[in-house]
Amino acid sequence: MPKVIKAKINGILLRVPEGTTILEAAEKVQVKIPTLCKHPDLTASAGCGICIVRIKGTAKMLRACSTPIEEGMEIITHDPEIVEIRRTVIELILSNHPNDCLKCGRNNNCELQKLTADFGIRQESFPQFLKNLPTDNSTNTITLEPPKCILCGRCVEVCQNGQDVWALSFLERGIKTRISPAGEIQLADSPCVRCGQCSNHCPTGAIVEKDHTGKVWEALLDPDKFCVVQIAPAVRVAIGEAFGFPVGTNLTRKMYAVLRRLGFKAVFDTSFAADVTIMEEASEFEERFINNKKPLPLITSCCPSWVDFMEKFHGDMIEHFSSCKSPHEILGVLSKTYYARKNNIDPAKIFMVSIMPCTSKKYEISRSDEMFASGYQDIDVALTTRELSRMIKQSGLDFNHLPEEECDSILGEYAGAGVIFGATGGVMEAALRTANYFITGNELERVDFDAVRGLKGVKEAEIEIAGKKVKIAIAHGLGNVEYVINKVREAKKNNKEMPWHFIEVMACPGGCVGGGGQPYNVTDELRIKRAEGLYKEDKTKEIRCSHQNPYIKRIYEEFLEKPLSEKSEKLLHTAYKSRPTYRK
Amino acid sequence: MEQKISIEIKNLVDKWKSKEGNLIMILHEIQNHHGYVPRELSLELSQMLDVPLARIYEVITFYNFFKLTPPGKHKIAVCMGTACYLKGGQDLINEVKNILHIEPGQTTKDGQYYLDMVRCLGCCGLAPVMMIDEKVYGKVKKSEIMDILSKHGSTD
Repeated sequence: MPKVIKAKINGILLRVPEGTTILEAAEKVQVKIPTLCKHPDLTASAGCGICIVRIKGTAKMLRACSTPIEEGMEIITHDPEIVEIRRTVIELILSNHPNDCLKCGRNNNCELQKLTADFGIRQESFPQFLKNLPTDNSTNTITLEPPKCILCGRCVEVCQNGQDVWALSFLERGIKTRISPAGEIQLADSPCVRCGQCSNHCPTGAIVEKDHTGKVWEALLDPDKFCVVQIAPAVRVAIGEAFGFPVGTNLTRKMYAVLRRLGFKAVFDTSFAADVTIMEEASEFEERFINNKKPLPLITSCCPSWVDFMEKFHGDMIEHFSSCKSPHEILGVLSKTYYARKNNIDPAKIFMVSIMPCTSKKYEISRSDEMFASGYQDIDVALTTRELSRMIKQSGLDFNHLPEEECDSILGEYAGAGVIFGATGGVMEAALRTANYFITGNELERVDFDAVRGLKGVKEAEIEIAGKKVKIAIAHGLGNVEYVINKVREAKKNNKEMPWHFIEVMACPGGCVGGGGQPYNVTDELRIKRAEGLYKEDKTKEIRCSHQNPYIKRIYEEFLEKPLSEKSEKLLHTAYKSRPTYRK
Repeated sequence: MEQKISIEIKNLVDKWKSKEGNLIMILHEIQNHHGYVPRELSLELSQMLDVPLARIYEVITFYNFFKLTPPGKHKIAVCMGTACYLKGGQDLINEVKNILHIEPGQTTKDGQYYLDMVRCLGCCGLAPVMMIDEKVYGKVKKSEIMDILSKHGSTD
């Protein structure tokens, strides 16, 4: 038990465990001290100075975000002078920040804008000094506009220490300080894996997702195009945050309705393709685990940022990677082959849009020749949750009051297994349900695998299939990957037994529910609630295993033949190559 | 070439390996030898020290002393100390910028000239002052700069 500290905030006595910051302690007495550089996900950088408080007996004001409360402290969180200092800090930040809020990607959603409004700043108190630095659009997934950067350091912290990618850094010093990859290069030439966590943590418009909504509106207007759309599992439990729903509300059926009313001719669900992924991936696991056709462990490959990370830094792991494409790519190719043929639609006219929690999917859709397996680009545009929210608002559709609708058949109906893909451990759980059936021929009595759920950075477990122990590991957040990969590499080098047989990796903390394209202000509390929204849906589904989904059976009967068939390999699988870049 | 880089860096890394703060010491040695820190050497250093390139660039760009581009053959230092500033140092810098198409801190494309803005060369009585390599020019007029530069090399 940590020591208990007694202190007073605004005259109110409170007891908190040792190590609690003033910022956290203040919440216990109903004070939310204004902050800007502090993000609840990240270590405090004490960069901005908005959260200063007064301590009785000292002349110095201290930053609440990074000061642990001490025994006997008497803290004052607000008085006229403190408020005035905070206002000055904001005014100084504004003197280095462009005034183009109206045309900014974060308009109405910007933490600096909100503070400016809260403090009632109506004029320029200091002359403006703006940085003249070029915009970086090189990744085609995120846009970096250094002049809008307030140097809070969140993106650098999340990129370097959270994700262990080291694409972004603070270069130079003083007034010249800027965020940039190492040297005079663009992000596309850096180790950036497009996970978008920087854009998700940026308080201003300095890093935002590349907006592709224009392309979608254009296609919807084009009478020659047959526009279809799919929604990823994690989007349904997050989009509600943009419309005032409680966090984690599952809005699957409202989303089907809104997408149809936006003008899409067919609405599919990525969760269906997740079931297909599981059929293929569980078969791959069976081949490796039972038939020893390829080496263990098998490593999942649904996450394009993880694939990019592996190709850049862990090329020696390629033989362990599942060759299975990510679910939305599978749905893309099926829409332009199977669905097109069945409904007599010219696949050249099909325009497929993916609604994803993810910025990296924008990169994935053209990452290799295999993403054109239908003979066309399988996915035409990938939008993030944030972009779709904007499209809905532009249309004027009253999302909150729309009736619920069903998705289109057959690329829509999914098993519970398909929808938990959106949470860390979900792919593993879904795969285990089906792999068990493939290997033993028996159905599980209980399909929940509690050990793979939750937000622990690396989850390890042992389960039994057909009397054999299957050792598994799940990592989420790229910063947690090294531990796992190093153990595998060591075992390989020394010809030792592999520490695990099956490994799942998702680049973003929490898995796709915490994706870089999801609504802002994500914390672990939100990640858990979003994941709960998915697990709840899984629990209520009559069919919870991918191989039991009757529509999956049908698509294999009518089209794909069987998992890992020649046709499946051609359409649903991909290849990887080492693309070394400078070391992160 | 690549092998040469590896050997050079390896020797430096071996020399400083056990010392704390070795990155800065190694960067100093590289800059002393090359006049700047070439990117290829930073890449190699990143591998050998197991320090991300981003961190190395954070250090290089934090300290004014380290340069990322090769120095020019001739170093032009235009003084912007108080006296020279008042006597029109900025006009001199603007004229050099116009003639050579470089900003302070940059080297001309042909590698002939490097332009630096300095604070006080210690001869304020001669303000405004500029210095090319070891030669000091005092009471410089804007109109004289072209001539002064051409004494040291081509100004194309």
